[in-house]
Amino acid sequence: MAAIKVAKTGNEAMAEAMRQINPDVVAAYPITPATEVVQIFSQFVADGAVDTEFIAVESEHSAMSATMGAAAAGSRAMTVTSSQGLALMYEMLYIAAALRLPIVLPEVNRALSAPINIHCDHSDTMGARDAGWIQIFSENSQEAYDNILQAMKISEHPDILLPSMVTTDGFIISHCMETMFFLDDATVKNYVGPYKPHASLLNLAEPHSLGALDLQDYYFEHRMQLAEAMRRAKDRIVEVGLDFGRRFGRSYGLFETYRMEDAEVAMILLGSTAGTTKMVVDVLRREGRKVGLIKLRVFRPFPFAELAREFGRVKAVAVMDRSDGLTSFGGPLFDHVRSTLYDLERRPKTVNYIYGLGGRDITLEDLRSIFVRLQDIAAGGPIDPLITYQGVRA
Amino acid sequence: MAKDTIEKPGWRTLPLGDVLPAGTAHEFKTGDWRSFRPVHDAAKCTNCLICWIYCPDSSVLVEAGSFKGFDLDHCKGCGICAAVCPPKVTAIAMIDEREARKGAQ
Repeated sequence: MAAIKVAKTGNEAMAEAMRQINPDVVAAYPITPATEVVQIFSQFVADGAVDTEFIAVESEHSAMSATMGAAAAGSRAMTVTSSQGLALMYEMLYIAAALRLPIVLPEVNRALSAPINIHCDHSDTMGARDAGWIQIFSENSQEAYDNILQAMKISEHPDILLPSMVTTDGFIISHCMETMFFLDDATVKNYVGPYKPHASLLNLAEPHSLGALDLQDYYFEHRMQLAEAMRRAKDRIVEVGLDFGRRFGRSYGLFETYRMEDAEVAMILLGSTAGTTKMVVDVLRREGRKVGLIKLRVFRPFPFAELAREFGRVKAVAVMDRSDGLTSFGGPLFDHVRSTLYDLERRPKTVNYIYGLGGRDITLEDLRSIFVRLQDIAAGGPIDPLITYQGVRA
Repeated sequence: MAKDTIEKPGWRTLPLGDVLPAGTAHEFKTGDWRSFRPVHDAAKCTNCLICWIYCPDSSVLVEAGSFKGFDLDHCKGCGICAAVCPPKVTAIAMIDEREARKGAQ
């Protein structure tokens, strides 16, 4: 196994992972900021670098439909999208999960219209959070690459058979170049292994139908199967993450804790902001402030029991949402974390920050001020306002 | 009322992801709400099988190249077979289903 040191953008890293996976079928439509992944991959197809049948479709609705058809036919199928594209796939996302088609979808987080905006927030991915897809967030290009490879092993496992979306943050990761390591082609080929579909419409020896009408007396049982698969996925993700570490030196879990050992206040967030926050944590630690970070990697399945164990000693938590559910009660991560903490004996105070919508920068100073406020809350200060729109102009 | 004695599978045993054996629609009899019934006149029929080509529900049964009958378990009584039967032949007539059932009793 050779680790190849490269300087790559998130999009290049995702396209490279796809090349090495060499899926049977890719059906995709370009959309900023994920366009490059499709463009680079279609160049691989044109150059004969992959065996993939590339279907240039007329929309993301068709992209997901064709990917599902290919997966139902028994092939390893992938597509790529972002933002409005993911929104246009909405109908099929639910079907792909329920038909148990283990599609892996590299997805670049971008705001949803309107107003039209091409920059990062997590609204698109959060819009698909109840579709039955495993959702894995990446902090940087390395994680994006590693997560796509692991997602194949998670989704295609016979006990799981759920589709996965692996996300990067638009432009922040997708278009920024950084040093990372690729595995060599043979290693990836061996790691991902050959694909054995659980059912194939092209298997004429065992003809079957897929997606039959399922009314009052069977639908509920099929949905229960989905719920159970998602519950099992949690252990599988941990198992795959540890195995990845043993093989290639980079271990992954459901989330990453950063300087949480004796932290009195903590922040929890998803994606690229973790990198900036780690730097702020280091600065504050040097000042003697006991602050820590939890970077949530897996949003679906949501690791509530595992997360609860991390918050036992913490006095105040800021839940950072890079999307707004427009619920009047904060963002989706806030909902989940606050609910997770409810059963703790010593429950920390919890506040929500909606930040970075439409690519708005979150600065070192923003993050520092949030940690300082958390220390004030930990010392008995007010939790009002419960929900703060960080950095918005009044 | 007859008690439903079919043991329905639970989520642990139900085939995964709505995958079913092919052709099970044949076991589901969907012809019971037909209003009109096709009746075939063997003396007039030329076995051109245009009715078989046009039937949208595979309800014209053919054996060894000849018209054999209608699959009344699945025929919806749409009348397409009667409409496409050539004017010089008119081997298929649509009759009232209720009258046909009364006659059968």
